[in-house]
Amino acid sequence: MLADIGYFALVIAFIVSLYAVVAAGVGSWQKRPLFIASARNATIATLPLLLLAGSSMIGLLLIGDFSVEYVWRVSSLETPTILKITALWGGQAGSLLFWNMLMAGFLAAAMLRKWGEEKLFMPYVIMVGSFTQLFFLGLSAFIENPFARLDFVPPDGNGLSPLLRHPGMIIHPPMLYLGFIGFIVPYIFAMAALISGKLDDEWIRTTRRWTLVAWLFLSLGLILGGRWAYDVLGWGGYWGWDPVENASLMPWLSGTAFLHSVMIQEKRNMFKMWNMFLIILTYCLVILGTFIVRTGVISSVHSFARSDIGPFFFGFIAFMFIFSAFWVSKRRDELSSTNHLTSFLSREAAFLYNNFVILAILAIVFLFTYYPIISELITNEKGFVGPTVYEQALAPLFGVLLLLMGVAPLTMWYRTSIERLQMSLRWPVVATAVFTLLLFVLGIRSVGALIGLFIVSFAALLTLLEFWKGTRARMGRGENAWQAFSNLLARNRRRYGGYWIHMGVIVMGFGVIGVEIFQQETQIRLEQGESLSLGSYTMVFNGVERYAGPDDLVVTEATVDVMKNGRFVKTIHPTIELYTRTQQPMTIPDLRATISEDFYVLLVNWEPTTADAATFRAFLNPMINWVWAGGVIFVIGTLIAAWPDPRKERQRVTQPHPAAIGAAD
Amino acid sequence: MKQTLFLTRIMPPYTLRSTITAIGILLLLLLAQTAVAQQPVTDDQVNEVAKGLYCPVCESTPLDVCPTQACIDWRAQIRDLLSQGQTEEQIQAYFARQFGDGVLAEPPRRGANLILWFFPVVAVVVGGFFFSRYLRGLKLQQPAPVAEPGQRQETAVLPPTQAPQSDYIARIEAELRRES
Repeated sequence: MLADIGYFALVIAFIVSLYAVVAAGVGSWQKRPLFIASARNATIATLPLLLLAGSSMIGLLLIGDFSVEYVWRVSSLETPTILKITALWGGQAGSLLFWNMLMAGFLAAAMLRKWGEEKLFMPYVIMVGSFTQLFFLGLSAFIENPFARLDFVPPDGNGLSPLLRHPGMIIHPPMLYLGFIGFIVPYIFAMAALISGKLDDEWIRTTRRWTLVAWLFLSLGLILGGRWAYDVLGWGGYWGWDPVENASLMPWLSGTAFLHSVMIQEKRNMFKMWNMFLIILTYCLVILGTFIVRTGVISSVHSFARSDIGPFFFGFIAFMFIFSAFWVSKRRDELSSTNHLTSFLSREAAFLYNNFVILAILAIVFLFTYYPIISELITNEKGFVGPTVYEQALAPLFGVLLLLMGVAPLTMWYRTSIERLQMSLRWPVVATAVFTLLLFVLGIRSVGALIGLFIVSFAALLTLLEFWKGTRARMGRGENAWQAFSNLLARNRRRYGGYWIHMGVIVMGFGVIGVEIFQQETQIRLEQGESLSLGSYTMVFNGVERYAGPDDLVVTEATVDVMKNGRFVKTIHPTIELYTRTQQPMTIPDLRATISEDFYVLLVNWEPTTADAATFRAFLNPMINWVWAGGVIFVIGTLIAAWPDPRKERQRVTQPHPAAIGAAD
Repeated sequence: MKQTLFLTRIMPPYTLRSTITAIGILLLLLLAQTAVAQQPVTDDQVNEVAKGLYCPVCESTPLDVCPTQACIDWRAQIRDLLSQGQTEEQIQAYFARQFGDGVLAEPPRRGANLILWFFPVVAVVVGGFFFSRYLRGLKLQQPAPVAEPGQRQETAVLPPTQAPQSDYIARIEAELRRES
């Protein structure tokens, strides 16, 4: 019954979306506003329909109707209630339904916003947006139907994939999805601008906050994914250059390039074509990313959701790419810019260098991620590209990017004289060099680490100086330090929010260098009461307990006392979780965290036959918490940059042509 | 003694001495080798080798941390091979022969795989070439730097003699003026 309601709602949503596309097309072709209004209502109507479908699925999961294949696949009688709800995105068909719900939400929000100047875009926004929705609805309704039934009613279900039973997994996928879908909105508006021929920066101003919010969610998804890997996957790391991680990193990279280069268009009315290219690229990478995540074409730790929807995805991406390329080439004359670069040393040039480096990183990640498929075509063997290959190729580029991040804010629009730049850089260079020398004297001998630390501290110093200069300038006008600083942020949200984000990246950079270069580890079998030492830490093995957890889980939990410099600091419990139904084991680490390092312990093996001995793996991860702290700073910065500014909203209402709005930077 | 004499007859004494020394060193080395082999292989040694391998079943999880039974068996095999005195390279080559190059964390640097090392360099160099040509093209068409009307004046070109600090403060002060 519930399944029928859900499926019915899904099919109606498909029909309604189809209607929206057609009505918007006819409306704009025959200039009939009534059709467009109707298409708009239809687009909004998809949301309640998909909410109905989604809640039907949640209902089915909650009551445990195992006659529905999806419910049988991802839940069981013992699945805790909260996980029954999150099982909605725990498998292929359900996550497509969830994707559809979120996308309908975004489209409805875009429809319900106040339409001003850009009303002209509406029919095209509906056409492109609903067409994308239509594709995903079609997949959901006809190919990966989440409400499909089994021929019989099994007494119990399979249960959720063990990887997905961690709290991190409850929020990580929705964040990524929100980020992915969020980037579809600026693409839709970009296409609307192309088709309508209204190619000023209206579409960019309209979607600026959408882009930032999408970027925020994608960043959150990436950071939470890293934390999840660190807490659950038990390899002592946070990023493994796994195909699915890369699939979400790639749109993030092109989105980052886009966020920077749109500023050139707003400020200097240049690179319209380039921005179009970047947003189209981001859209294609988003769809491709969903495709990789959902189909597991490239094997990965995330391949709990494989299926045969590959050809459809591929066809859709190809179609949308050709469609976009057609419109870009049709409008290429209007897109070519009338303004020119004044100097190679200017803010706009710096943004372009940034774009170049980011795109180089993107191209390399792209090749490496798809290399297994490429090598299968060439040599008939599925090659594998491990993290070390990525790190060798990308480390120098990330270094250049961080340098640019520090120096670019010192450049000005139009042109900066070399003397002026030298003057601003002289003392920071000297100070950073002294700092690096100090690190060398203190015992850091790795050349890679020294170069990395020089770059990161240099960028840190320059970014902090930006804040300092701004605050001091305001203090000179009679504000106290705190007022000056907070006003600086509040009045120039985009600029200083951006620098704040840069600080987050820099702090993460320190963490990454610490972990990548100075990680230590050891593995040893301990009898009860024996200990192992690593760095200044010692751990004593005090016994193991095995007990039944929720669902089909068997938990083997060790008790370990951690000592630092001989003094007891914490008792930790590294565990092995075995899901007996699938016989899938997971090693869940436990750790003692401080700002300078984590002592991270895995229980590798324990056999009941040898009751009082167990094998442990211990990692010393220096600076790892800087990665997470940097992530928090990063997110705060994005919020500062994206937060609505009431003063500017006012301006916008009073001025029909708000050229002043672009003046944030 | 006679034999020694015989030997001294066919080769000069210093050569004889060094030959004996060489044989002695070789024997010592062999002894040392077996001594090492007889020592139990530590988990750290196993992990060092396992880090370079990915089992084909649980791809994307490095072998040294993978908890599945298949990977535990692989690690036991690595331990065996290490105790037989095989080197890291030999063991990795062994697994690559058995299961294909896909098990190696770093694909062997030959054939099509060389793309992985050449592409990043080529991409940056060739991309950089076209990028700089594009930039130059953008700049050449420019007759003279003119601040456009409608742009914020404080960001327009300032004489390079002016110190950056005062320029910066001017920018912020202009913002402050706008606010009040």
